[in-house]
Amino acid sequence: MQSKISLKVNGVLHHLDVESRVTLLDALREQLHLTGTKKGCDHGQCGACTVHVNGQRINSCLTFAVMHQGDEITTIEGLAANGHLHPVQAAFIECDAFQCGYCTPGQIMSAVALLGDPDAGLRTNDDIRESMSGNICRCGAYPNIVAAIKLAQSKGA
Amino acid sequence: MRDFDYAVPRDVAGAIDTVARAAGALFIAGGTGLVDLMKLEVQNPTTLVDVNRLPLSEIRETEGGALRIGAMARNTAVAYHPLVRERYPLLSQAVLAGASAQLRNMATVGGNLMQRTRCTYFRDVHEACNKRTPGSGCAAADGYHRMHAILGTSEHCIATHPSDMCVALLCFDTVVEVQGSEATRRIPLEHFHVLPGDTPHLETVVRHDELITAIEIPRPSGNRLSSYRKIRDRASYEFALVSVAASLTTDGKTIRDARIAFGGVATKPWRAHGVEKVLNGAEPNIETWRAAAEASITGAAPRRHNRFKVELLKRTLIRTLVELTGVER
Repeated sequence: MQSKISLKVNGVLHHLDVESRVTLLDALREQLHLTGTKKGCDHGQCGACTVHVNGQRINSCLTFAVMHQGDEITTIEGLAANGHLHPVQAAFIECDAFQCGYCTPGQIMSAVALLGDPDAGLRTNDDIRESMSGNICRCGAYPNIVAAIKLAQSKGA
Repeated sequence: MRDFDYAVPRDVAGAIDTVARAAGALFIAGGTGLVDLMKLEVQNPTTLVDVNRLPLSEIRETEGGALRIGAMARNTAVAYHPLVRERYPLLSQAVLAGASAQLRNMATVGGNLMQRTRCTYFRDVHEACNKRTPGSGCAAADGYHRMHAILGTSEHCIATHPSDMCVALLCFDTVVEVQGSEATRRIPLEHFHVLPGDTPHLETVVRHDELITAIEIPRPSGNRLSSYRKIRDRASYEFALVSVAASLTTDGKTIRDARIAFGGVATKPWRAHGVEKVLNGAEPNIETWRAAAEASITGAAPRRHNRFKVELLKRTLIRTLVELTGVER
């Protein structure tokens, strides 16, 4: 079934013509050409597709685009403001928190959400690792990812 | 994935009506299970009725002092709700032991109750599976079944129920409220899921035209000790090999009103009445724990690859009881 829908992504309203079965991930990448959000497993097991919907991190591969009319969607492309990287993006660079980079947009989106979450109660490295467990890194950059999140946290991100 | 019609109902009655009119229609909530299974073509609905915008996500105390959680409340909202943390820490613990932060932000209470097994043969349309294709056989029985059930199995199905949340909810006499075309029913959670028997494709007592609208959890009595312990292959973001939910009261001399449930070992969320019988009225000591552990595996039917779950279940139960009561010997 083909539907005409409107999606608000990074503050901009887009009008799309999509089949019901198109995931939010595929709509972002294939139709809006926002290819920063990655397709890893496409089954909700890796976190590469993490985006924010109404401020909360979700797996965009496990939801249909038609289900998100009226939602505020933020992708990795929407984090930088006025030519300045988001503090979490800057911290990932400073801490060398990636190798191949494929999982990185998902890691960063997840980290931004968790630093903004009052319930996360981040105190220890283990808290961070638990809260970031939905983002898998095949290169094993985990120690530096944790360091980057702590750095961003210390800078008040 | 096959294409489907998509409908946004105006209200609960409209949602139920749309699903009732089409045999191939399903409700979609968080989508974390269903979208995945649609990609695999394990589930192929012809119509999806999106219940995400229905006003079913409220969490509140009822006049009788129970906690009422709307079916569309997200796992995250449940786990961090002040009333859940204060009165039902066992539930909060269990929900946070499941999935990842992203999935918990999407997944709902109603969806968790309806979630399907992670059995790899169920998820592969090229394999025999009585749950997916009734009468086709069970490839898991002679296949690789390390993750599969040892309790509540039948010769037709040994698939494990994957929920953490339901295991905790079993310790509270939780009631599930479902609304259908004609009536609203209140179903005790213990009778909500059914054993596979010779009809493993039937997993719950919910009918095609019924929508889960809420669950209600009575306020637990007394000064309870409770804990959810989950054993898995990695420290986070993994399904249980064995999990134990335990809730009881004790004055140090006698155990009373023990509620014990298991996950990861059974074909449905498993209330361990036999274990409770051993514990209730007994003195908290290692002999009681050992007797409880023996009772936990009554009727277990382990197979080649999941035999380890028998010992793991016993040890996990004893460890949970030791930690709860502080009594080691």
